[in-house]
Amino acid sequence: MKAFAQLFLSLDETNKTNEKVRILKEYFNCVPDTDKMHMLALFTGRSPKRQINSTLFKLWALEALQLPAWLFEESYHVVGDLAETIALLFPQNTEQSSSKTLTEWIAEINALATYTEEDKKHWLQYSWSILDTQERFVFNKLMTGSFRVGVSQNLVVKAVAEIANLDAAVLTHRIMGSWKPEEYTFAQLIQPKQDSEDISRPYPFFLAYPIQETSVVQKSVEDLQAALGDASEWQAEWKWDGIRAQLIKRDGQLFIWSRGEDLSTDKFPELHPFMKDLPDGTVLDGEILSFRNGLPLPFNILQTRIGRKNLTKKILEDSPVSLIAYDCLEFNGEDIRYKTQSERRGILDGLHRDNAYPEIFNISPLITFGSWDELSDIRGQSREMIAEGIMLKRKNATYQVGRRRGDWWKWKIDPLSIDAVMIYAQKGHGRRADLYTDYTFAVWDGDKLVPFAKAYSGLTDAEINKVDYFVKRNTLEKFGPVRTVKPELVFEIGFEGINKSTRHKSGVALRFPRILRWRHDKPKEEADSIETLKALLGDNNNL
Amino acid sequence: MPKKPLLEFTDRGIYCAKGKFYIDPWKPVDDAVITHAHADHAYVGHKHYLAHHLSREVLYYRLGEIQLQTVEYGETVMKNGVEITLFPAGHVIGSAQIRVVSQGEVWVVSGDYKTENDGVCTPFEPVACHHFISECTFGMPVYQWKPQAQLFDDMNNWWRYNLENNLATVVVGYSLGKAQRIIQNLDMLNGKIFTHGVIENTNEALRRNGVILNPTVRITAESVKEEVRKGIIIAPPSAVGSPWMRKFQPYSFGYCSGWMAIRGAKRRRAADRGFVLSDHADWNGLISAIDATGCEKVYLTHGYTASFTRYLNDIGFDAHEVHTLYGGEEEVVEAPLQPSPREREQEESEVQVSPTGGDLEGASLSEANEGGTI
Repeated sequence: MKAFAQLFLSLDETNKTNEKVRILKEYFNCVPDTDKMHMLALFTGRSPKRQINSTLFKLWALEALQLPAWLFEESYHVVGDLAETIALLFPQNTEQSSSKTLTEWIAEINALATYTEEDKKHWLQYSWSILDTQERFVFNKLMTGSFRVGVSQNLVVKAVAEIANLDAAVLTHRIMGSWKPEEYTFAQLIQPKQDSEDISRPYPFFLAYPIQETSVVQKSVEDLQAALGDASEWQAEWKWDGIRAQLIKRDGQLFIWSRGEDLSTDKFPELHPFMKDLPDGTVLDGEILSFRNGLPLPFNILQTRIGRKNLTKKILEDSPVSLIAYDCLEFNGEDIRYKTQSERRGILDGLHRDNAYPEIFNISPLITFGSWDELSDIRGQSREMIAEGIMLKRKNATYQVGRRRGDWWKWKIDPLSIDAVMIYAQKGHGRRADLYTDYTFAVWDGDKLVPFAKAYSGLTDAEINKVDYFVKRNTLEKFGPVRTVKPELVFEIGFEGINKSTRHKSGVALRFPRILRWRHDKPKEEADSIETLKALLGDNNNL
Repeated sequence: MPKKPLLEFTDRGIYCAKGKFYIDPWKPVDDAVITHAHADHAYVGHKHYLAHHLSREVLYYRLGEIQLQTVEYGETVMKNGVEITLFPAGHVIGSAQIRVVSQGEVWVVSGDYKTENDGVCTPFEPVACHHFISECTFGMPVYQWKPQAQLFDDMNNWWRYNLENNLATVVVGYSLGKAQRIIQNLDMLNGKIFTHGVIENTNEALRRNGVILNPTVRITAESVKEEVRKGIIIAPPSAVGSPWMRKFQPYSFGYCSGWMAIRGAKRRRAADRGFVLSDHADWNGLISAIDATGCEKVYLTHGYTASFTRYLNDIGFDAHEVHTLYGGEEEVVEAPLQPSPREREQEESEVQVSPTGGDLEGASLSEANEGGTI
């Protein structure tokens, strides 16, 4: 655990990619193989199952610390992270500390499943007492399942690839899917050829790079021509707003993986009949969306069934899903990612033609366009298509691994926007701990301000400092961590979509709200009204 | 009718009506007693100053021609029948707690203090009193310092690692206090200590005052870059990201501050290394110091005053939050991203940059040019 805690600390202390890879390699070279696999599992989002819920976790910390609950809460707001707060509140403990390995700790954590509550408590409080501050922090992260590191999976893979002398794309593929660090060994991971393939294993997703635009600076047709070349080399599709997924049929078995590497086969029973009708050894890439009468529905309809444990009959009726497929990665058991976009598209068309469920198995229609100019016009219709914009794929490109610049681009439409007044502020988390960075915005309803959205992102560090400075000097009231501030600052808030909502005071819910810019030029009286906001609801909410 | 307290909090600073003097006033007054030479405690414009001997040269350097009387710790000065005595505060060289006594009533103003002996300034000494006016910059239980020996081991190892990897080493800390503490604890076998002009000016003032410091070399236009890169560079917070600092690339830069205890603050700073080094008392230090005075009432002037006051009342003290201009939560929380107003004011007064007032951006962009270019 010492090595793992040090790894975490060292990674925190550098922003340089090469340095991070060096630190990762150093870690891999000094810990046992089982620790390597546990580390890989943790760094790729495979945390151990949570054994103690956060209420008990906090309660037992408070009991051991003998601090008043309010002071614990205030400490949390200063630090902005529960695991770190608890780590810091205990005494430094510089002398003794445990020499257990990461593997041993995780085994102990998993063994808690059979413990009584009293035994769990003793184990937890004892564990805190034998770890130093940094180890305690990492330990708390393991326990609370909120394991996020400032290092991408790509870098971890790069480090392993360099040590094992393997291709990074091959390794990326080998760490996909549902493996357990207790069963998958490091030797298996890095052997030159893998014989026993896990039949559920998905391929790494190929992700598009955004064509960078803001509401102020747009790309011209000339820019596109210069950056992408001739329009005829490109295939264009709508960019659908659903759940990116990979659908696998191998040995008569079905697997559905979402982008976050969650196995979600059971969550989409509507897709099973068409998948059963696919030939064995087929892997499709596409978007799962709610559909009705052959038309996609807005994302918020799909949202109602995400995260539900039980899919009731009502949910299935209200929010039926279909697939819009856009790629084929495996055909007749052969990995065809090396084929060109056009060749793969041809295979996909064939699968679609032969399938008995064309209303469930849709394929993403290709947009016909003769020039960038024409495509730019077509892009203007995205909102009517319930699409987020346009996807561009180079016709002769292979299917690659991860986010790559060059062959796949997403060209989103401008977000909707509204000018709003900041009325509440709250301190942020992580890098923004102890700074007021989370704001609530309001629009005018007569002479009152109605809150309608929260946004965290979009300002520069310098702007955040200025807003923070303003908040601290213009607080009207404090409710726990939230401060009511003098309504004065106006911001342009951008969002991807807007829907009616009965749960919000304003009557609307926004999708992906964020701050586009600070309107220094606008007094609060000139912010938008609730009527303007509701006018953006448009027609698609009468469904 | 209750009698007037011996010390009161006014819009000019802490005031003793009976003795007709102020302690650390922030507006011009006739008679000022100064706890230490940091800019938010020692303002320009007073007619008369009283401070510790070891603050003399730094005060002259920072405030120019002032009428200054200095005293030793434990030495008593009478003002209009009120007794004033200075006691070590352990904050920076020359820092003092001010004890004020009249008719058996004893008040102590802590100024800024730390309880750990840093080996550079005279260690903090608790002073028995009825009323204690304390800072609480780090008055939250998440702030607990490690012993400095451990910290300087880390710093010296990091310097050696940089040397082996052809990286220059830049340590950032404010010029009065942090800088000398670092200079006195570096492993001189690793190499020479080079200083930014702002830091060296303060070092020189202290040396004029008879303070013996490890040898340091001022970085000037004549300095040879490769020589400097083989040593260690001590720079003020205002140098971070400046062209002056970029000249030493490639480098690893370490930031020394109590705020580095929090991961978020450290990440905002984007320092290669965050050393949790502070000249203020940590949570346990504050509580033990307050407890040791045996005071009846304690007043908290700056830092996490609201919650610290509440906690002290919870555990049986009679604690009160007071408003001063020594910087409260507002100022201190900004420290991680850029120099706190305290550090900033200090650096600005040193490099004679006009005050930026409430504009927070100005400071982080201002460059410390005094060290010259190489």
